[in-house]
Amino acid sequence: MSTEQKYIRNFCIIAHIDHGKSTLADRLLEYTGALSKREMVDQVLDTLDLERERGITIKLQAVRLNYKSQDGHQYLLNLIDTPGHVDFTYEVSRSLAACEGALLVVDAAQGIEAQTIANVYLALEHNLEIIPVINKIDLPNAEPERVQREIEEVIGIDTDDVIFASAKTGVGIEEILEAIVKRIPAPEGSRDKPLKALIFDSNFDSYRGAIPYFRVVEGTIKKGDNIRFMATGAKFEVNELGVFTPAPRPVSSLAAGEVGFLAASIKDVKYTRVGDTITNADNSAKEPLPGYRKVMPMVYCGLFPVESDRYDDLRDALEKLQLNDASLNFEKETSVALGFGFRCGFLGLLHMEIIQERLEREYGLELITTAPSVVYRVVCTDGQVDMVDNPTALPPQTVIDHIEEPYVEATIMTPKDYVGQVMELCQEKRGNFLNMEYLSEKRVSIKYELPLAEIVYDFFDQLKSRTRGYASFDYALKGYKPSKLVKLDILINNEVVDALSIITHRDQAYHRGRVLVERLKKLIPRQLFDVPIQAAIGSKVIARETISAIRKNVLAKCYGGDITRKRKLLEKQKEGKKRMKQVGSVEIPQEAFMAVLKAGK
Amino acid sequence: MTDFALYMHIPFCVRKCNYCGFISYSSRDLEVMNSYCEALKREMELVSKRWWGSVSTIFLGGGTPTVLPTNQLEGLLESIYDFFNIKPLVEISIEANPGTVDLDKYKILLKGRVNRLSLGIQSFDDNLLKTMGRIHCKQDIYESYNLARKAGFDNINLDLIFGLPGQTLTNWQNTLKEAIALQPEHISVYSLQIEEGTYWGNLAANGKLILPGEDLELAMYQEAQSKLSAAGFEHYEISNFAKPGYKCRHNLTYWYNQYYIGIGAAAASFWQDERWRNYTDLKQYNQVLTKGSLPRGEIEILTLKQQMAETMFMGLRLIKGICLENFRQRFNLDVIDVYHEEIDYLLKTGLIEIVNNHLRLTSKGLPLANEVFIHFV
Repeated sequence: MSTEQKYIRNFCIIAHIDHGKSTLADRLLEYTGALSKREMVDQVLDTLDLERERGITIKLQAVRLNYKSQDGHQYLLNLIDTPGHVDFTYEVSRSLAACEGALLVVDAAQGIEAQTIANVYLALEHNLEIIPVINKIDLPNAEPERVQREIEEVIGIDTDDVIFASAKTGVGIEEILEAIVKRIPAPEGSRDKPLKALIFDSNFDSYRGAIPYFRVVEGTIKKGDNIRFMATGAKFEVNELGVFTPAPRPVSSLAAGEVGFLAASIKDVKYTRVGDTITNADNSAKEPLPGYRKVMPMVYCGLFPVESDRYDDLRDALEKLQLNDASLNFEKETSVALGFGFRCGFLGLLHMEIIQERLEREYGLELITTAPSVVYRVVCTDGQVDMVDNPTALPPQTVIDHIEEPYVEATIMTPKDYVGQVMELCQEKRGNFLNMEYLSEKRVSIKYELPLAEIVYDFFDQLKSRTRGYASFDYALKGYKPSKLVKLDILINNEVVDALSIITHRDQAYHRGRVLVERLKKLIPRQLFDVPIQAAIGSKVIARETISAIRKNVLAKCYGGDITRKRKLLEKQKEGKKRMKQVGSVEIPQEAFMAVLKAGK
Repeated sequence: MTDFALYMHIPFCVRKCNYCGFISYSSRDLEVMNSYCEALKREMELVSKRWWGSVSTIFLGGGTPTVLPTNQLEGLLESIYDFFNIKPLVEISIEANPGTVDLDKYKILLKGRVNRLSLGIQSFDDNLLKTMGRIHCKQDIYESYNLARKAGFDNINLDLIFGLPGQTLTNWQNTLKEAIALQPEHISVYSLQIEEGTYWGNLAANGKLILPGEDLELAMYQEAQSKLSAAGFEHYEISNFAKPGYKCRHNLTYWYNQYYIGIGAAAASFWQDERWRNYTDLKQYNQVLTKGSLPRGEIEILTLKQQMAETMFMGLRLIKGICLENFRQRFNLDVIDVYHEEIDYLLKTGLIEIVNNHLRLTSKGLPLANEVFIHFV
C-alpha cells in the first residue's frame, strides 16, 4: 500500500565537500532505525570505494526512512543523495527536481563555499524549501553565529530557524528530522493521472540490467506495467519495483510523491537517461516533465593501454563503465606514438580522473592519458565549421579562418586577503573580470569569464595553492569566443609525437613549450644516441633540449656466482623498457606522456 | 661425473663496508664462527656424496674468509681435501682484506695449498677508504701485500673500486698507478654499484650521496683499460685484467656458464638445469644441516631459454666473447638462429661484433654491456 502523500517528505542535502553530508546522512539513517549501529559502515550512501576515498559522492542514491514524528504520525522520508561536484551539475539539478526540500549543510568553521551557493540557487530555482543546518558545531574553531550571518547575507534566506548540529556527536539530529516533517511540503500530484516519473539516476546491475531511480510525479506505477521512456521512446515491462531502505526492498506499486527503482530487463543505461520521464506505455502522459537534456562532454582526452595488446580489454572496460554512466563517451583513436586507443569525452576533469582511476583499479589496466582538451570551434576560410576535440585533428593553419574556444563564467569565493592573488591568477589565465561582491566583511565573491581550457589545464591547482585552499570555485559554460590559438607540437628525435600535441593560446605557447621540453628531458631516459626534444609551432622551433646518449650501464660484480640475481636485475631492466612506448627509435616512458598533463611553473 | 668448481662462502667481516650488498655478518664471536665451520664441514660431507666428480677450482670468498682464526682456516682446508677429489695444481683462491692477515695465517693458507690471494684493497686513498667504511688504511695495503709476497704467494689479485663518492679522475689515476707499481698478477676494477638496503643505498635514496656521474665513471673505466694494458695486463673480462697466464680460472667457470657448487650460507650453485641458493640466515643454515639435509633455500629449474640467456650474458662479459662453436655444441642450436632479431639490431647499433667465430662486445659496447644483455633475457 502506498503511503498517503501528506505523510511523505522528499528531500536532499546540499553541502560542500567535507562539510559533513555523508556523516549527517548516516546519522539520519541510524536515528530512524534504517540501519542499526552494528550495520553501520561509515558513510553508507557512498558506495564506490573511490567516492569514499575522495570524500565525494559521484553516483546518487535514494534512501527511504521511517520516522515517527512528535505529532504522533509515522512519516516516510526519502533522502535523495546529490553529487557534490561541478562536473555533475545537471545530475544535481535532476535530483533537486525530485525533491520538495533541501537541507543546506554548512560547516560551522568553514562557512559557505562557491559550490554550495551554486547548488542552493539551483534548489531555489526548483522552489525547494531550504532548511539551513550549521554542522560541526563541536569543532573548537566553530563560529556558528558568523556562519549563520553569512548564510543570511550571501544566500538571502531567513535563518531564524537555523539548526545547529553536529553529525559527529548526534546533536540536532532530531531537530532536523522534525524540521523536515514540519517545514518541507508534502508532495502533490494526482495519483490517478497518467504516469510521469522523473529519472534522477540509474545504475547497472549485471543480472537485472539498467535500473533507473525515479520519483513518481503524477500517476502510479505497478509491477507488470508496460512503461515507455519518453525521450528515447524505448518500451519495457516492469518486472521489479522497489525502494531502498537502504537495502533494496520490493514493493508492488509506487504512487505520485514516492521514490523508488525499477528493473525491466533494460540492456543499457542509454535507455534510462537522467532527466527523462517514464510514462505508462498503454496510458501515456501527453508531455514529458520539463528539463530533460542530453549531457554533452566538456573535456576530451585520449586513453591508450600501456601494453598495446590490451586494447580489447580497454574497450571492454569502457563499455562496462558506460553501462553505468551514460555521460561517458568514447570512440576509437589511432595515434602514431601510442597505437590504438580511445578518444573519451567527460563531463569535466573530476569525471575524467574518476574514470581513469576506475579503469586502472577495477580493470587492472595501465593507461597512458593524453592532455585533456576542450572542444574547439574551428571556422575554416571556406566557412565550414569543425568541432575539434583533439589537437591532432586541427586542420592546417592555412585553411583556418579563426578558432573559437569555450568560455565559462567562474565564481570564486575567497577570504578577502586573497583577492589580489585570485585576480592575478584569473588575469594570467586570460580571464575577463565581470564583478566582485563582498559577502561579509571577510569574504568576497569574484566573477570572471575564463576560457574552459585554462580551467582544464591547472586553474584548480593554482587557485588552491595561491589561496592556501581557502578559495572555492564554481563555473558554468557560457559560450564560444574567438581566441588566438595555435597548435604546439613536440618533436622527439626530429619526429612529431602526435600524442604530445596541445592547442594553446599564442601568448602562452613559448612558456608551455619551454616547460614541456624541460620536463620531457627529465622523464625520457637516455638512449644509445643523442635525442633532441623540440617544441614547435608549425615549422618554427620555439624550445629545444637534448638528451645526451647513455654512456655507461654495466653490472660490475659477480655476486659469488649468484647469476639468478643478475638475470633478474637484467629482466627488471628489460621489463622497464617494455613498458615504454617505442616512438621512432626512441623509447618513451609512460610518465613522459603524462608530462603534458601536469602544469606548474 | 662432470667436473665442477667449488665455492665456499665465509659470511663474516670485521665490519660491513658502506657499499656492500653481499651476505656478511659483522660478528666476530668465536662460537658463532666455530659452529658455522662445523656446519660447513657437514655440508661438504653431504655435497661430496652427491657430487663426486673432480673439483676443477676452489674459491673461498666472503665476507672476509681471513677473519676466521688460523686454526679454523686450516681445519676447513683439510676438510676440503678429505671430502673432495681435487686434482693437483688446481687454482685455489682466497679473498682477504688488509688488517685480517699476518705471516702465520698466510703460511697456513699456503700449506693448505691455497695458491691465489685476492686482496680487497679498493683504493690507495686514505680518505676514500674511510668513507667506504674499510677497516684498513693505505699503509696496511703495503704491509699485507709485502707480507704475502714474503710468505710465498706468487699469484695475487688486487680488487679496486672506482666511481666512489667524491672520487676524481686524478685520484683514480693515482690508485691505478700505485696498484700497478706493486706488480700483482691480476687486477679487478669494479665500478661502484649502489645496492638497495646498504648504508650508501639509503643515503643515495635520500639524495645524500654525491657520485661522480656517468661521464666521469666512463672516463675512469677507460683510464683503467689504457693504463693496465700499457702495464702488460690483458683485459679479458669487463672488470678483470691479468698478466699472461694468470686469468682467474674459478671466475672463468661463471663466465663460461659451467657448473659450480657453493658451500656455506647464501652460497649459489649451478648444476645441469638447476640453480639454487643456500639459506642466508645462519641459524636456519645450521639447523637444516644438523638435521642432515642440504640447506638449499631457493631452487630454480632453468628453461632452455634461460640457460641460453645466461650463457649469452655471462659469456659476453668476456672480452673474447662467446665462442659460436661452443654454443652450438652445448645447445645444438646456432646463436645466430636463436637470437636472430636481437643480434641483427645490436650489430646495427655497433654494440656487438662477430670476430673469429666469436660474438663479442665492441669497445663501445663494453661500458654499455647491460644494454646489450637485456636483449638476451
